[in-house]
Amino acid sequence: MSILVVMEQQGGAWNKMSWEALAAGVELGKALDRPVAAALLGSETGLEALEAELAAYGVERVLSLRHSLLGEYTPDGYALALRQLIQRAGPLLVLLAHTYQARDFAPKLAASLDRAFISDVVGCRVDDGGPVFVRQLFQGKMNADVVFAGGPPYFVSVQAGAFRADRLEKGGAPAPIEHPSVSLDAAQIRTRPLERFQEAKRTVDLATAEIIVAVGRGIKDPANLPMVEKLAQALGAEVGASRPVCDSGWLPLERQVGSSGQTVAPKLYIALGISGAIQHLVGMKGSRTVVAVNKDSSAPIFEVADYGIVGSLFDIVPALTEAIQSSS
Amino acid sequence: MKIIVCLKQVPARDSVLRIDDAQAWVRETDLSFEINEPDTYALEEGLRLKEKHGGEVVVVCAGPARAASAIREALAKGADRGIHIEDEALARLDSFTTARALAAAIRAESFDLVLTGLQSDDLGFSQTGVILAELLGAPHATIIMEVQKMEGGIKVKRELEAGWFQYVEMPLPALLAIQSGINKVRYATLMGIKKAKTKELKRVTPAELGVDLKPRQIIRRVYAPQKSKQTQFLEGPPKEVAAKLLEKLKFEARVL
Repeated sequence: MSILVVMEQQGGAWNKMSWEALAAGVELGKALDRPVAAALLGSETGLEALEAELAAYGVERVLSLRHSLLGEYTPDGYALALRQLIQRAGPLLVLLAHTYQARDFAPKLAASLDRAFISDVVGCRVDDGGPVFVRQLFQGKMNADVVFAGGPPYFVSVQAGAFRADRLEKGGAPAPIEHPSVSLDAAQIRTRPLERFQEAKRTVDLATAEIIVAVGRGIKDPANLPMVEKLAQALGAEVGASRPVCDSGWLPLERQVGSSGQTVAPKLYIALGISGAIQHLVGMKGSRTVVAVNKDSSAPIFEVADYGIVGSLFDIVPALTEAIQSSS
Repeated sequence: MKIIVCLKQVPARDSVLRIDDAQAWVRETDLSFEINEPDTYALEEGLRLKEKHGGEVVVVCAGPARAASAIREALAKGADRGIHIEDEALARLDSFTTARALAAAIRAESFDLVLTGLQSDDLGFSQTGVILAELLGAPHATIIMEVQKMEGGIKVKRELEAGWFQYVEMPLPALLAIQSGINKVRYATLMGIKKAKTKELKRVTPAELGVDLKPRQIIRRVYAPQKSKQTQFLEGPPKEVAAKLLEKLKFEARVL
């Protein structure tokens, strides 16, 4: 029984997180002494370049599921096609990247096979011959070792940034590319996806900001925002925010940093009252220097902070603004 | 429109968590609990759809005895009745087993729409809604930012990654996992709280629903995460801390 990594592509371009899933697959393949196969799904034409690219990465084989009903993603189409593949191939483990798309169909796929799915894992190891997966609980405040009860196939998705795609190696002769048959009927696909679109163009480009002062739920009330804006002004910084602040309408969505907002990498990132849920961390952990101010010393934001201040942002922010103003 | 809203009760957001003696969960006796925040958006969306199109909102919650207070809160906000699938084991059960219990209770209702939050703030698997759709044989969509009723079905706005969106149409009955921020959630009014006391809250056990709670995955050990970065903690009165930080940013990190 092999390890099957399901890669994600859209319109001929990979979702980059899929390479991290493949890296996790290769790592587990070595630890469990199992071959690794990689699957992709798409329409009948236009997958050749992706198939060839995948075949170069030392996998045992590439399984390309091509069907006219797989051109546009639907949870029904993807789950049905992959279920057929998995029933035939009988893998031990099915690995995916924890993308929005995987979250949309993988639980359904696993459930349709009466199997469990350990989602959003940040690590894995082998204990007594069986895989153990590390997950975060309570929004990153705790970690847990999780194991499957019952038989394979086991379904697992990996968190963004948890595995190193840059460690993937191209190996020897390219893997054979197979096109397993897919039996799908239009009537089986119950949702009708329309065109993808982006909202109005952004007026703030946080991605190019050198300094970002980001504010989270700890700000408590939008009336307190001017204090943060003053600090940003003193630093020549842009104001960013975590999801809850934008959800509440306190700052526009275009200022949101995180998996559903912008990914930023400034030289200085000051996180004020942000607990540091993973959805936020993936958007800012590329920052050169991170400062975190939070009243909860166990907040996960401190895990990525270079400088931490445990305390109330209402005390620290005005003091910091004043210190900056008087030093320049 | 008959709308089912699934709720979970989780430790309150600002809880200080302590690992229990068995190192298998957190010490619940120390904690206060609240409705899982993502689920509050699902509830609000259900209430709004009912206000617009008429019908009924039924809240279903799988959880230990304490979770009854989450259902009462939903009833106070305007839900019509509640179903509590009660078992102590449901406090930390995997998504698949929880979804099986929810499905058994929901099947008895002839629903048009099932709404769930996107994920729970405790376990965070982000799966229960999608599994539930599969078990109920209903089409679904996740990460929903808008719900419109159309002739013969619904049209929803799905959030994709990196600022992209997509509209998806589907027939009813269906299940939607609602994205946080889709609406502005209401508070319960005093009148609502009073009314809630007279509303039906049905309690069922998994056994009565014919569902065994055999877990599909097991949490072997819970522990504090290891830090990936060495954090220098700065201490002192605010003025002093601010001066220290400025010094560090200028001369150590050299980012100012």
